[in-house]
Amino acid sequence: MNESPPGRLLPWALVTPAFLWTLVFFVLPFVAMAVLSFLEHGGGRATFDNYRQFFDNPSYWRAMVNSLEVTLTVTAISVLIAYPFAWILAEVVPPRLQRLALVLAILPFWTSYVVRSYSWLLVLAQNGVVNQALTGSGLVDAPLQIANTRAATVIGFVHFFVMLLTLTIFANLKQLSPSYRRAAADLGAGPVRTFLHVILPLTLPGIMVGAFLTFVLAIGDYITPQILGGNNELLMPQLIMMQIGRRGDFPLASALAIILMVVVTIAYLFCARWLKIERA
Amino acid sequence: MRIAGKILVSTYALAVYGFIFLPVIVLVLFSLQATSFPIPPFTGPSLRWYEAVLADARLTSALFNSVLVALLSSALAVALGFLAAWGFARYHLPRSGLMRGLITLPLTVSYLIIGMGLLILFNAAGIPKSLIVAGIGHVVINLPLCFAIIYSQMGDHQVNIERAARDLGAPEWKVLFLVSVPVLWPAIFASFFLSMTFSWDEFVISFLLTRFDTTLPVEIWNLLRSGLNPRTNAIGSLVFGVSIVLALLLELAFLRRSRR
Repeated sequence: MNESPPGRLLPWALVTPAFLWTLVFFVLPFVAMAVLSFLEHGGGRATFDNYRQFFDNPSYWRAMVNSLEVTLTVTAISVLIAYPFAWILAEVVPPRLQRLALVLAILPFWTSYVVRSYSWLLVLAQNGVVNQALTGSGLVDAPLQIANTRAATVIGFVHFFVMLLTLTIFANLKQLSPSYRRAAADLGAGPVRTFLHVILPLTLPGIMVGAFLTFVLAIGDYITPQILGGNNELLMPQLIMMQIGRRGDFPLASALAIILMVVVTIAYLFCARWLKIERA
Repeated sequence: MRIAGKILVSTYALAVYGFIFLPVIVLVLFSLQATSFPIPPFTGPSLRWYEAVLADARLTSALFNSVLVALLSSALAVALGFLAAWGFARYHLPRSGLMRGLITLPLTVSYLIIGMGLLILFNAAGIPKSLIVAGIGHVVINLPLCFAIIYSQMGDHQVNIERAARDLGAPEWKVLFLVSVPVLWPAIFASFFLSMTFSWDEFVISFLLTRFDTTLPVEIWNLLRSGLNPRTNAIGSLVFGVSIVLALLLELAFLRRSRR
């Protein structure tokens, strides 16, 4: 292209601001965090203690197990609820109403995390809507303790990720060419066999992308477990925030954050074969 | 059999819609009653708590801060993202794939860890917490998004229009602002409003990086300490309303694109 010096500098002038921004405000903080995770709290000596604490202290270890249990439960339930729902939106709803049906289905997706979690607190509280309906109809004698338990955290997460997964699975189902279905029917497959042997395998990559996103976003979220689950049992993000907030122990918080990132990376490697994101 | 299937399908769809809308309906409904607990039974419409919220100087200034941070950080994220996307799509740069990968990398890291990293960095540099620092964090999370959206919309058909402009003697800056920006307007518009919604709703980065002067989600978080509170319902409903408006603008931007 342009061979004059200002012409050769132009492309660099275009990409450098974004590159530098990422370097200074994303890579550098990460490096600082990594270095800090090997330093003693208070003093400046190098140490592995922050990492050792995680493996030695059963309550820290427990937070990771809790996080994995909650996240995997949430991912599984969300996929199971969202897949049939997305299928109905894509296959049963008439085409001219699909856009509207989908926009409606993900409308509360746009509420802020904090507000959404608070709303679930209203629904699940001791004297909230669900408990008043249950006791009012005589189904239970005393209000159920749902808020401040793991169940509340799972419900809050599932609500968010059903919307997200509906969106990704719907897009996936719409991309399928109708000729697959016709070919399956021509070859004598009934609707059930077509679904199990054609549609489901073809949408599996989309499900995996959605499930991975769910895993990553859920395991790193502080708000939902803090508001809905309370402090009865801690998840990793709550444990990390506790180190920062109450104790000001940044080295330990950094080590825990890096351990969390390693777990996410392992999940990524596990899903990598399905996660080849194509360029338009 | 067919009728039974239809009933099953409709029941399932309605049940999921019910689940999705339940918290929003409860939030908005009980923001509209005058009692001091936002719980059933519903005791008739009242705007009492909306008046209380709008008269609360802390909440209104937090609202103003949120709008300001969302506007400025989104504008900066879109500008940086657009320039980089244009540079990578139009010129051959060495190690382009690696650099593009680096710019989109923050998408894979949780907000909590991004916020914590920035807190550690600014602590070490002696820079105090402020709205500006939180805004920097919002640019970090939104820049990769803007870049990815705009980059994915840069096709080869636009190159020909740009070439035509150059052949007709337009200098590079004119090609950029008078040709590329208008052609890519839907993608720019969409990434701007998506950034706005993310910044507007973002909590954990603002929580870590601001102190007294803060954004609305953090102020709402502070309200949560008082448990179930009709003020939280009222301000939450307002925030939800704003988010919906932003989402609809986004939907319009995408519709405009798909009609072209």
